[in-house]
Amino acid sequence: MNPPVAPATGTGRIRTPLPFPTAAKPAVADTQLRANLHRATRTIRAKRARVVGEVPDWEALRDAGSAIKADVQRRLPELLEQFEASATAAGATVHWARDAAEACRIVVALTRATGADEVVKVKSMATQEIELNEALEAAGIAAYETDLAELIVQLGDDTPSHILVPAIHYNRAQIREIFQRRMADAPADLSDEPAALAEAARAHLRRRFLSARVAVSGANFAVADTGTLVVVESEGNGRMCLTLPETLISVVGVEKLLPTFTDLEVFLQLLPRSSTGERMNPYTSMWTGVTPGDGPQDVHVVLVDNGRSAVLADPVGRPALSCIRCSACLNVCPVYERAGGHAYGSVYPGPIGAILSPQLTGVADNASLPYASTLCGACYDVCPVKINIPEILVHLRQQAPHPPVERATMRVLSWVMRSPRRWAAALRLARAGAGPLGAYRERRTGARTLRRLPWPASAWTRSRDLPLPAPQTFREWWGKQ
Amino acid sequence: MSARDEILARLRTALADNPPPVQVPRGYRRVDDRSDVIETLVDRLEDYRAVVHRGIDALPRLLSDVDRLAVPTDVPAAWLAGYAGELHRDAPPLSPAALDDLDAVLTGCAVVVADTGTIILDAGPAQGRRALTLVPDRHICVVRTDQVVGLLPEALTRLDPRAPLTWISGPSATSDIELNRVEGVHGPRRLEVVLIGPDDEVVPVSPDDEVVPVSPDDEVVPVSPAGGSGA
Repeated sequence: MNPPVAPATGTGRIRTPLPFPTAAKPAVADTQLRANLHRATRTIRAKRARVVGEVPDWEALRDAGSAIKADVQRRLPELLEQFEASATAAGATVHWARDAAEACRIVVALTRATGADEVVKVKSMATQEIELNEALEAAGIAAYETDLAELIVQLGDDTPSHILVPAIHYNRAQIREIFQRRMADAPADLSDEPAALAEAARAHLRRRFLSARVAVSGANFAVADTGTLVVVESEGNGRMCLTLPETLISVVGVEKLLPTFTDLEVFLQLLPRSSTGERMNPYTSMWTGVTPGDGPQDVHVVLVDNGRSAVLADPVGRPALSCIRCSACLNVCPVYERAGGHAYGSVYPGPIGAILSPQLTGVADNASLPYASTLCGACYDVCPVKINIPEILVHLRQQAPHPPVERATMRVLSWVMRSPRRWAAALRLARAGAGPLGAYRERRTGARTLRRLPWPASAWTRSRDLPLPAPQTFREWWGKQ
Repeated sequence: MSARDEILARLRTALADNPPPVQVPRGYRRVDDRSDVIETLVDRLEDYRAVVHRGIDALPRLLSDVDRLAVPTDVPAAWLAGYAGELHRDAPPLSPAALDDLDAVLTGCAVVVADTGTIILDAGPAQGRRALTLVPDRHICVVRTDQVVGLLPEALTRLDPRAPLTWISGPSATSDIELNRVEGVHGPRRLEVVLIGPDDEVVPVSPDDEVVPVSPDDEVVPVSPAGGSGA
C-alpha cells in the first residue's frame, strides 16, 4: 500500500495571464470581433435547439450522461487500470504523465524514436492545454494542425478562442486574408466563399496526409472495458491522421474514460447535437490498440493528470470533470458572446473554462475567472451532462482570495444582518446619513444612486452604481397604511 | 514512485470523501418503434447531402462514369456486374498515393442508423481496411435494408468494439467558418448510398452479365480467391 499522495494542480495554457476584466476590455471594444461572435453563436444556438428539439428522450439522455460521468469519477482509479489493461492487451502502449511537461516529454521522445521530424495533428484540447506544439518545435519537430479552424489559428500565429471552433473569432474575409498571406499554395484568386476556403485547405494538406509517418491526436472518449479510443470529427482530417501514419500517439486526460462500450450510446447522441448542432457529425473513428494490416501499427496512449486530481478532490467542483467539450455553454453565454474566448486566457474559455481552469490551477492562480459570469444559468440548461456551472462558480468565488477591506466589510455586514434589531437600526442610521445626499442626487440625476466612490469602495462603483437607501422602508410604508 | 502509481495515488486521495455509488438511469429509448425506418434513413441521408439510389440495378449506371474503381478484396461479384472500367482490388494493399489516383471506392457496410443517417463500417465483409474508404474522393456504399436499425443504441449491440470502426454521416464537411456547414474537405466529397433488399445480391443485373451465383445465406462471396477479410 502506497502512502497517501496529495492531488496536484496542473501547468500549461490554463492560466489567465491578465485578470478577466482587463483582458476582456479590448475584446468588448472590438466591434468586428463582437459582430463575428454574435453571428456565429446565434447560428449555432439555433441549430442546436432544432436538433435537440427533435429528440423526445433528450432529458433522459442527459440524466444518463450525468450519472455515467459521476460513476466514472467515483471509480476513476480502477477504471484507469482497467483501460490500461484492455488497451495493452490490444497492442497499444499506455504512458502516464503527471503534468503538462511530462506529457510533452513523452510525445517528443516517442516521435524522436520513429526518426520523423514532423507530425500531423488532429484537433485536441489536451494537446493545446499542455502546449505540445511549442514543445515539439523546441525539439526540432514540426507540428501541423489539420483541423480547418486549428490550421487557420496556426497560420495566423494566434491561439484558439473556442473549444469546438478555435477560429470562431474570424469571419470568412479574415480567413481568406490569412490563407493568402501564409499558405504558399493558396490559389491566387481565392474567394472568401466557405467552400473555396475548405477546398484550399484540402489541397494544402493532401500531400502531408499521404506521406505522414506520425500522428498526434486527443480522444473524446476512452472506453475502460475494451481499451477503445474514440475521436469525433467532421472534415476527415481526423480519419487521415488516425488511419494513414505508421505511428499514432493519443494524449488523453484521465477524466475522458467511460466504463463500457455500451455507454457510447448515450454520449454519441449527446455530443454532436450539443456541439455542432448536427444529428451526427460526419465522421467518428474508434480504434482498439493495433489492427494488423489496418491503420497505425505503433499505437500509444498518454494518460494525463495535469490538475485533474485536484479537481477530483473537491466534491462540489468535481462535476467539472464530466465535461465532454461540446461548447454548448460557450454558445449560450452572454459573457462569452461579448468578450470572446481569448479574454479567459486559458484554452478552456466560456462558462466551463470559468470553473475548470481555476480548479486545474488552484483558484488563487485564476481568481478572476469565477467572476466572468452573470450567473444567469443558461449554461446549466444546455449542458448535455448537467454540470451545475452556476453552483460551482459561486463555490469557487467563496474560495478565491478576497481583499482585506472586502472581508472586513462582509464580516461587519454579516454581524449587522444577523439581528433584526441591529439591521433596523443600521437602516435608520443609513437613511439619516444618506437622506440629504439621496435627495440631492435625485434632483441632479433623477436617481438616488452614487456613480463613483473613493478607494477602496471604487472597486464596487467601477462597474455598477451604488443605490442609496430609500426615504422609507416597505415596512414603514405598510405601517402607515 | 512511477508516474502511473503517483497519479493513481493522487486520485485515490482525491476520493477520500468516498462518494456514494451511482445508479445510472437508462430511461432513454433503446429500441425504435417507428415503422418507417427506411424512409427515415433516406430523409436523413439526403438532409446531409448523401445521394440515395434504390435497388441493385442502380449500380451499373452509377459505376458507368467511374474510370478507376477501388474495391475491397471480398466485394460481391454481383455489384461489379457489367463494370467495364479499371478495377483496383486492395490486394496487395494499395498505397495512399495509389488510392489518391482512383476515382471512387465501392464497399458495403456493417450497420446503418436511420435516426441519424449514419453508416458504420467495421472492416468486416465487403468493407476492407479503413484507408480504402477514406482517400478516394467518391464513396459508393451498398446498404442492405436488413442492416438498417432505427436508433443508435440498437447499432452498438451489433458491433464488435475491437474492430476498427468508422461512422459516416454524409460527405466530409466542416462548420469551422462562421459555424455554417460546408460539404467537402478531406474525406470523400461525394457519398452515394445504394439501398438494396436482403436478397438483391442474387438478382443478375442483366442476362448478359456474368454473375457468380450467391446463396442467400452468405453475406458476401469473395470475387478473387485468397482475399483476406479486413478484420
